[in-house]
Amino acid sequence: MEWHRRHVLGLSDFHPEEMEFVIDTARSMEEVLTRDIKKVPALRGKTVVNLFFEASTRTRTSFEIAGKRLSADVVNFSSSASSVSKGETLLDTARNIEAMKPNILVVRHSASGAALFLSRHVSCSIINAGDGQNEHPSQGLLDLYTILKVKGKIAGLKIAIVGDILHSRVVRSDLHSLGRMGAKLWLCGPATLVPREMERTGAIVTSDIREAVRGADVVIMLRIQLERQKTSYFPSLREYSRRFGLNRDIFSLAKDDAVIMHPGPINRGVELSDELADCERSLVLRQVESGVAVRMALLYLLAGGSHVAH
Amino acid sequence: MLLIKGGRVIDPASGRDEIGHLVLENGKVREFLAGDPPARFQGKVISAEGKWVVPGLIDMHVHLRNPGYEWKEDISTGTRAAAAGGFTSVVCMANTNPVNDSPEVTRHIIEKALREGCANVFPVAAVTLGLEGKEMADFSELADAGAVAFSDDGKPVENALLLRRAMEYVRPFGYRILSHAEDAVLAGGGAAHEGWTARKLGIPGIPSAAEDVAIARDILIARQTGGKLHIQHISTRMGVDLLRMARRAGLDVTGETAPQYFTLTDAALEGYDTNAKMNPPLRGEEDRMAILEGIQDGTIDAIACDHAPHESYVKKCEFAVAANGIIGLQTSLPLSLSLLAGGKITPARLVDLLSVGPSRVLGLRGKGSLAPGADADITVIDPDAAWEFRPEDVLSKSKNSPFLGWKMRGRAVATICGGRVRHATIAGVTADA
Repeated sequence: MEWHRRHVLGLSDFHPEEMEFVIDTARSMEEVLTRDIKKVPALRGKTVVNLFFEASTRTRTSFEIAGKRLSADVVNFSSSASSVSKGETLLDTARNIEAMKPNILVVRHSASGAALFLSRHVSCSIINAGDGQNEHPSQGLLDLYTILKVKGKIAGLKIAIVGDILHSRVVRSDLHSLGRMGAKLWLCGPATLVPREMERTGAIVTSDIREAVRGADVVIMLRIQLERQKTSYFPSLREYSRRFGLNRDIFSLAKDDAVIMHPGPINRGVELSDELADCERSLVLRQVESGVAVRMALLYLLAGGSHVAH
Repeated sequence: MLLIKGGRVIDPASGRDEIGHLVLENGKVREFLAGDPPARFQGKVISAEGKWVVPGLIDMHVHLRNPGYEWKEDISTGTRAAAAGGFTSVVCMANTNPVNDSPEVTRHIIEKALREGCANVFPVAAVTLGLEGKEMADFSELADAGAVAFSDDGKPVENALLLRRAMEYVRPFGYRILSHAEDAVLAGGGAAHEGWTARKLGIPGIPSAAEDVAIARDILIARQTGGKLHIQHISTRMGVDLLRMARRAGLDVTGETAPQYFTLTDAALEGYDTNAKMNPPLRGEEDRMAILEGIQDGTIDAIACDHAPHESYVKKCEFAVAANGIIGLQTSLPLSLSLLAGGKITPARLVDLLSVGPSRVLGLRGKGSLAPGADADITVIDPDAAWEFRPEDVLSKSKNSPFLGWKMRGRAVATICGGRVRHATIAGVTADA
C-alpha cells in the first residue's frame, strides 16, 4: 500500500491495513536491530526534534535511538508544559523550533489535543508521543506488534486492560489498534477510574479483576499514579493493590499461555506483583524492543520511505 | 420625532401584535397608531413594512471587559456589537479589573457608556469584595451608584452561609442576586461536559451535577431566606427541572439560558475546538432538548448570551489551557429566531425572552414595553433576512465565536435607543451620530 500521512496524531482514523503496513515496516526495522552495525542511512540529512513538554525518559530515548538507527540528526528539546499565563505559548515554542527547519517533530505534551493543534499550525510532520489523556499512537502500535509476535494474531483474543483507564492515553490508542484488529477488550479498574461511557467503544467494563482476567490471552496492567489517591479516586495503594493488583493467584485464571504486558514504568507490588513482573510470561521488555522498531517505522514512513531496503 | 411605519408591532407587555405605526418623541414612546400612517409627519420616518417592531432587546449577561481588559473588549465596541445585534440594553458583569465592587467602578462604567456607548449599559456589581467570596460588597452604595443586581459571575459564591446572609440582607431592599451556579470542587478542574465526547478526547469532564447541585443549593437558600434569586446560564436538564420546581413552589427564582446551550452540544468540541469551550460547558443532546422545553413552557425567563470576548492567543492554544467563553451579541437574535421554526415558540414569546423577561427580572423601569411613556428603545427585526456571520462582520474586539461561517436567518435591521437610531441597515435610514 501507499503511505500518505504527513502526521501520526492518533490511531482513531487508522485503517487495519495501515496498521499492518506499519507493523510490516517495523519487522524490517527490527531486522536492522539484529545486525552488528545497527544503523541504516535511510534518514541521513533529516532532522528529528523530540519536543517534550512532559518528562518521559523512556519514550524520548526510544524515539531518539529509533532516529539515530536511521541516521537522522536527533535533537532533544525539553520544557515544562507551556501555559498562557507562564511565558511562551505552545504555538510560539513550536514555531521557533520549526524555523530551524526540522523534518519531524515528535511531541509529548500534557494537554489532550496538543499534537493535533500543532499539526494545524506548523508545516513539518508531527508524531504524537502522547498528548494528555488522548492518545499515544506509537504505544498502541507497539502493543499490537508485541502481541502479534507472540500470538500470531489479534482477532478473537481476550485482552484485559487493568488500571487507571480514565487518565490513560495508552488505553485510548490500544482501543483503536487492538480493538480494530478484532480483539475482545475488557477494561477493568476502580469505578472512579473506568468511565461507564467507555462501553461505547465496544469494550466490556468491569471493576472485578477476576472477571476481566478469567480466560484472557493478554493482560495489560497500567501504572497507577500515587497522585490519584491524593485526589480520592481510591482509598489507598494498599486497597488498590488488593482489589486491582495482578498476582499469581489472579493470573492463574487467565489462559495457560496468557502473557502480561505493561507500558511502564511499573510500580512493583502495587499493580503488578514482583514475581509476575519478572516471570517468563511478562512481555514488558519485549514491548520496549518492539517500541524502537515501531518508532523507526513511523519515522521512516513520515520521512518519505515507501519500501524498506534490506 | 421618529415614526416607524407599517411594521408588525409586537408588545407582549400589552398583548399587542398587529400592523401599525409607532411614534417616538423626546426619547419616549408617544403612541401606537393603527390604520393609515399619519399623512404629514415632521421627523424621521422608518418604513418597517414586512418587519417586526419590538421593544428594544435586552441582554442581561455580557462581559464588556471595562475596566481592565480593554484589549478584549471595550464599552464602545461591545455596545456597537450589541446595537448591530438588535440590543438596546446590555447588563455587564462585575469581573473586571478592578472588580466592580465599589461605586467608583459602577459610576465609571455608567459614565463611560453615556459618553461612548451605542446602547444602555446596566452594571451588575459583585456580591463579594474582589469576587473573593469572603466579605459582602456594600450593596446599597452600589445600588445607589446604578448597579441593577449583584453577581460574582465567573465564579460561584462557594460559601453557602455567606450567600444566605447576602440574600437575606438584601431581601428588604428588593435587590436580586444572580448566581453563577457551580460547585467548583465537584467541577474538579474539568474542561468539558462529562460525557462521551470528553471521554473520547481525553478531556477532564465537568459533570452536570456540578451545576445542578449548586442550583439546588441556591434555590434552597432562596427558599430559606425569601430572597430574590436568578440562575445564570442554565445548561443542564436538571437545572431546568429545578427552576421549574422552584417556580411551582412560589419562590421568586428566575433563570436564563444562552443561545449556545439550545443550539450546540458537546459534539462541537470535536477536533478540540477552543471556540466551543465555555463554562458551563456545552452539554449533551438531552440537556439541549430540556432547555428548549424550558423555553417553550415559560420556565426560562430570559435568553442572555454571556458575551465573553477573548483575544485570539488565549484561544489559539491547547484546549486545556484555553480561556472559557464566546462572543454572542451579534448572533443571539438570529439563533433565537431559529426557535420559531416549527412553531416551537411564538414571536411574542421570543420578545418576552429577549426583552420583557430581562426587564422584569431586573426591574428595569421603562424597558421591555412599547406603552406610551416607555423609553424609546426599539428593535426592528427582519425575521427572514438571510446572511452569513463572517469574521469581518464582527464588531467586537474579539472574534471567539463557534458560529463564524454560519448561515443565519433573521437579524435586526434598525436599533433605536432612547429615540436615536444606533444601527440601521434599512434602505434610506442612517444611524444618528
